[in-house]
Amino acid sequence: MFGRFVTKGEHMSDRVVQAVPTTADVVHHHQPPQGFIRKYVFSLDHKMIGKQYYALALVAVFIGMVLSWLMRIHLVWPNWPIPGLGLLSKVGAPGGVMTPEYYLSLLTMHGTLMVFFVLTNAPFAAFGNYFLPIQIGAEDMAFPRFNMMSFWTTFLAFCILIAAFFVGDGPPIAGWTSYAPLSAVGADAGPGQGFGQTLWGLSIFVFCIASLLGALNFIATTLDLRTRGMTLSRMPICTWAWFITSCIALLAFAVLLPACLLLILDRVAGTSFFIPAGLVISDRLQPHSGGSPLLWQHLFWFFGHPEVYIAILPAIGIVSHILINSMRRPLLSHKVVIYCMMGIGFLSYMVWGHHMFVSGMNPFSSLMFSFPTLVITIPATIMTLIWLGSLYGSRLRITAASLFALGFISMFVSGGVSGFFLAQPSIDIYLHATYFVVGHFHMVMGVAAIFGVFAGTYFWFPKMTGHMMNESLGKLHFWLTFIGTYCIFMPFHYLGLAGNVRRYSAFVDDFLVPLIPVHRFITIAALCTGAAQLIFLYNLIHSRFRGAPAPDNPWECTSLEWIMPSPPPFDNFGGKHVVVYHDPYQYGVKSSTGDYLMQNSPEQVEVRT
Amino acid sequence: MGKLFAVIVFVIALLSAIPIITHSWFGSGISFALPEDISTHGHAIDDQLSDTMVEAGLSFLAAQFVLAFFVWKFSNRQANAEIKTFPGGAKGLVIAALVLVGTEMLALGILGQKAWATVYFTPAKPDAIQVQAQAGQFAFYFRYPGADGKFGALHPDKIDEGNSNFFGLDPANDVDSRDDIVTGELAIPINREVHLMMHAKDVGHSFYVRELRIQQDFVPGLDLSVHFTATKVGKYEIVCTQLCGLGHYNMKAYLNVLSQEDFDAWMKQKASEQ
Repeated sequence: MFGRFVTKGEHMSDRVVQAVPTTADVVHHHQPPQGFIRKYVFSLDHKMIGKQYYALALVAVFIGMVLSWLMRIHLVWPNWPIPGLGLLSKVGAPGGVMTPEYYLSLLTMHGTLMVFFVLTNAPFAAFGNYFLPIQIGAEDMAFPRFNMMSFWTTFLAFCILIAAFFVGDGPPIAGWTSYAPLSAVGADAGPGQGFGQTLWGLSIFVFCIASLLGALNFIATTLDLRTRGMTLSRMPICTWAWFITSCIALLAFAVLLPACLLLILDRVAGTSFFIPAGLVISDRLQPHSGGSPLLWQHLFWFFGHPEVYIAILPAIGIVSHILINSMRRPLLSHKVVIYCMMGIGFLSYMVWGHHMFVSGMNPFSSLMFSFPTLVITIPATIMTLIWLGSLYGSRLRITAASLFALGFISMFVSGGVSGFFLAQPSIDIYLHATYFVVGHFHMVMGVAAIFGVFAGTYFWFPKMTGHMMNESLGKLHFWLTFIGTYCIFMPFHYLGLAGNVRRYSAFVDDFLVPLIPVHRFITIAALCTGAAQLIFLYNLIHSRFRGAPAPDNPWECTSLEWIMPSPPPFDNFGGKHVVVYHDPYQYGVKSSTGDYLMQNSPEQVEVRT
Repeated sequence: MGKLFAVIVFVIALLSAIPIITHSWFGSGISFALPEDISTHGHAIDDQLSDTMVEAGLSFLAAQFVLAFFVWKFSNRQANAEIKTFPGGAKGLVIAALVLVGTEMLALGILGQKAWATVYFTPAKPDAIQVQAQAGQFAFYFRYPGADGKFGALHPDKIDEGNSNFFGLDPANDVDSRDDIVTGELAIPINREVHLMMHAKDVGHSFYVRELRIQQDFVPGLDLSVHFTATKVGKYEIVCTQLCGLGHYNMKAYLNVLSQEDFDAWMKQKASEQ
């Protein structure tokens, strides 16, 4: 079934040499990496670095998921001793029963791990690193050493963050948003606000450096290393997504970096960037003055809002790429989708105040932020309509990858519509800091963006490892996850409408107690859905070693990563310079390979609409 | 399997809509309805919320149904089935998105602006009842100016919780603070505007009363305020909604809306207790 239009043993790369005798024949000698350390540890190869990022994201997502199970269990069975938890923290969970502060620690670490180490790492750093250079016909990134540094710096940031679990006072309790002055004054503010919070600040500071290096690399590579014939408009849509995301990331992380530095200085150097005078905490008048808590919020959200688009745009790109391939036809317009991604990137810098409607900032600015927040719905809607409109009349193939891509559309819609409520300051008066917000961002980030990662995994695993994943297990994984995540996160919106406040470690208020049965349903759904992810993990590991051998192009896809064997050679194209003749949307055509045409094929065909 | 996807999406969309329409958790008796609105400004927020719910709800259902229908119809077709273009192509969809979302946005934005303005752009009436609220880890305290109508100065260095000096008043040296009334509950008379001045003692907190349709952060270093008028007698929970530390989940007070006579009696009672 796979690759039936290519004769066994033949590779698309061979056709390049036969068809174009001149520049493509120029062979460029490049030494392959030698030795275990150079090959697998301190690798300069973007493909290995991409896999390292993926592995790190995988570890982070499992830790983050376990933390969420612990949180959900505590909310509905607070007095049940959780086996093993007492070992992780004697102080935080004596006898396995979680204290309120430890709940907040787990909540903080869950958010931090998921947003930074999963959602920035997997769709962007992992897949982008692996596939961007190949998709543009380059041998590697523009700065392979920066690339290696960016991964290991990310790894260092991860280690610093995890270390917070093991320091005396435990991890910080201020949430992933780490608002000042709670996060800025030091140990007086509560357990976890000593060394743990400083480690958090340090970890994110280091993470920012890593991300800046990565973003620089992506931008330079995309602009400078495209092969002959690979104009910007011929780049696959996911390459565009990674490129636009890097542009957003460059400015966003550049703001979070100094913000973390200022936070650390307030904590250890006696400065008062974020701390005003006259605060009495733990019966002590704090020796600070002149600072502004709102300054932290502005700096954080100026980063934080673009960050969520950094999380979703690569998933949008990956899903679009996979849908085009699965539908066997181009999108109604790629230019429009790319412009929408650019529009979203640009607008993402104008909306950060919608996290601060009731924060005490000038209420007139709330209206100013609300307007672009509503406007950003337009490109999101256009993209959704284009995906739906492209499905019409297509020849859709159902695979594990395409199921997750289709599921993404459903999730993106669900998560997006709740944003419509939160964008309006008057409604936000009621819904701010409730589970409605938590439902919104989990659906778009925790589910939709992750579906993009799953889709990318099922799609690209054959190319990355040379083995096919088990399709039946993949489909089972999809059904359980799709239904499971709806069961978990839809009810969050109902709870929010009832005014259920977020970041509570227990529900003791009069109006919250009646809602606990709904929370119980959610917890059970979360545990079941979490268990279903073990199917994915098993499939990944088992297929890596025992999966059926993967042909060069199992999905009959047009982009350059599919012209070489699976996995590609260390320099991507065997020393040859690829020449590109087409955009990557040549589907629904009649060609010698079938209903599609590879980008590097010199064949010309009439495109059937 | 495409058809299975279509069916499941359709069912999920319907099931998701049911608790919204019925305001309850599938007939269990657990209500998701907005609590009754006891404020003068809240109806504008509630109307805004329902309008948005209708538009968002219809968009949600339409998108999910179209997704389901198209996957049902166009998945696993014959290898040589004709590829068709959606009528109007990308251009039609872009125009549809601009028109649909554009008008929705304008409508909601313009209408919603009024609800926001009522709360935030109008100053409190000059004869509003002045109350001060202080949020600190992990309790709310309230202060009334007393018979002289003046609030005494605050001295953070004089805060002494053990002796119930929550606000850091200095009655020995400050005449204005001698008759200030400090309480743990916020009692107000019905149908009279209240001007609540807010400051934080230590870290960020927030003031949230669902029934009043009011939510406002306390920001250390800033003197903020909200004003509102309650229209129904009763006891309502004030809960903290800004993560403030380990006691955040338990940080609350009661808003006690009383008739004018009961309020006057309560004030007299509290004044004598100071």
